[in-house]
Amino acid sequence: MREGAASKYVTRFIMYAFLIIVSLISVFPLYWAFISAFNNTKEILGGRMIPSVYLIENLKNLFAQQNVGRAMLNSFGTSILQVFLALAISSIAGYGFEIYHDKYKDGLMSILMLAMMVPFVAVLVPLFQFFSKLKLLNTWAGFFLPGMATPFLIMYFRNSARNFPKDTIEAARIDGLNEFQIFIKMFIPMMQPTYASAATITFMNAWNSYLWPKVIMQTADSTTMPMLVSNLMAGYVIDYGVVMAGVTLCSLPTIIIFFLLQKSFTNAVAGAVK
Amino acid sequence: MTNTTPARKKHRFWTMERKQSAAGWAFLAPASILIFIFSFWPMFQALLISFKTGKPTALKYAEPLWRNYQYMLKDKVFQQSIGNTFTYLIIQVPIMLVLAIIFASLLNNRDLKFRGLFRTCIFLPCATGLVAYSMIFRTMFELDGMINGILLNLNLINERINWLNNPNTAKAVIILGLIWRWTGYNMVFFLSGMQGIEYSIYEAARIDGANQFQQLIKITIPLLKPIILVTGIMSTNGTLQLFDESMNLTKGGPANTTITMSHYIYNKMFVGAPNFGYAAAMSFVILIMVAILSAIETKVGDKR
Repeated sequence: MREGAASKYVTRFIMYAFLIIVSLISVFPLYWAFISAFNNTKEILGGRMIPSVYLIENLKNLFAQQNVGRAMLNSFGTSILQVFLALAISSIAGYGFEIYHDKYKDGLMSILMLAMMVPFVAVLVPLFQFFSKLKLLNTWAGFFLPGMATPFLIMYFRNSARNFPKDTIEAARIDGLNEFQIFIKMFIPMMQPTYASAATITFMNAWNSYLWPKVIMQTADSTTMPMLVSNLMAGYVIDYGVVMAGVTLCSLPTIIIFFLLQKSFTNAVAGAVK
Repeated sequence: MTNTTPARKKHRFWTMERKQSAAGWAFLAPASILIFIFSFWPMFQALLISFKTGKPTALKYAEPLWRNYQYMLKDKVFQQSIGNTFTYLIIQVPIMLVLAIIFASLLNNRDLKFRGLFRTCIFLPCATGLVAYSMIFRTMFELDGMINGILLNLNLINERINWLNNPNTAKAVIILGLIWRWTGYNMVFFLSGMQGIEYSIYEAARIDGANQFQQLIKITIPLLKPIILVTGIMSTNGTLQLFDESMNLTKGGPANTTITMSHYIYNKMFVGAPNFGYAAAMSFVILIMVAILSAIETKVGDKR
């Protein structure tokens, strides 16, 4: 008996030690990037693990080299617009597919789901040609148009519409609300957590997207934050303090959202399989 | 339902039912049209472009039509990019999914203290942008960088390793980065799946003397099969489209030994002499690979 209890303590100790090590490895690169924004190249390469005094200098150099304000504006502008448009268009579609479903709408839904399997590179060439023909290169609209309706968001809202009580709809109809008003006045307020989750994941994806903006945002004025950060390593002499300051500025918005809305974000990620 | 209100005129076209169905169509139309315009139509266009050749402004049908596809058989860099991408896929995806299941089953234990803290830490890398973490990993693994410094101090190596300039270690760094970035993401799927499993099953198994590992093999994995399948398909799909890491962490080098398919396609579109026809042909090959691999995984998953 005593031996059993002892081995139980040993397993428990190993389990905690393992989880602590895994957690440290998970957090370390980000921690190190953030404190490295305070350090100069020599300290960063040397592996200094605590902040030094070069934050202001790094930021000054970063702002001197790159148009950070413009890139921030572009990233925030495109991401926020994409969140609003994608949520509006995809949520009403998910609602429509679920509440009014019949065999034709279900059939269309399964076809749309196939789009989830289409790799983005497979449509890159025609999309680029299409957007240059429409004169949408280097515009915010060019950035968010392809992401406005995603099969994932439609599915996500369709699943949540399944929990929208039919009685509520019937009662609202008797009260004289039309179908659109029911969606606006009943569904949206009731599904706020779903909207919050969808908004967090859409914002993160939009903010971090890189291939598509790199393809269509070709001028210096239309650069987004990930592209700006990528440019910091393009020169022959790399100032790692500046790179880490850029990485920190680029990561802060999504990290803040992660900590404020972790539950929403987790639900959105897990929502893909529910 | 159509005749529930007898007061209504018999041959009225806009019945309640039809009105509601039409509203449904109106609601789902914008999103559906957008998906057709930005996904299905370009996919079809890509197939047409893949038979063309010439400058982007003057694309003509190639002769023979399958010339771009023929060229792939001779294109060593494209073949290398396929090889690299599949190396990432075969090594990274299984390691990541196994780790994710192990972490999830450890965190699913209700007696565990600090569960929330552990989960937050392991999930945190998902909040990092792909370009941002590529930059961080690149800096850590520089020749005169921090990782080499630590390994030297611990006497684990005798001289600095040129991680990013050696084909094998450069690939290893990319795989390490991918595992770091995506394990927590997949863990969340498994955790949410495990919440659907009655906790009493585990308690009963524990009373019967089953240890953590046995619980994982005998209870968790069989019950999570559908979720394992979905994460497997998503990871395969994502890995075949890798771009940001190849572009920023290793820049495809040394000598194209880490370049991914998407990165090579991007190069063919915008670097040097643009060749849209060839880029489209290669992208169509990726599309077919994704479709075949997903079909295989679904089949295998069904049988088990």
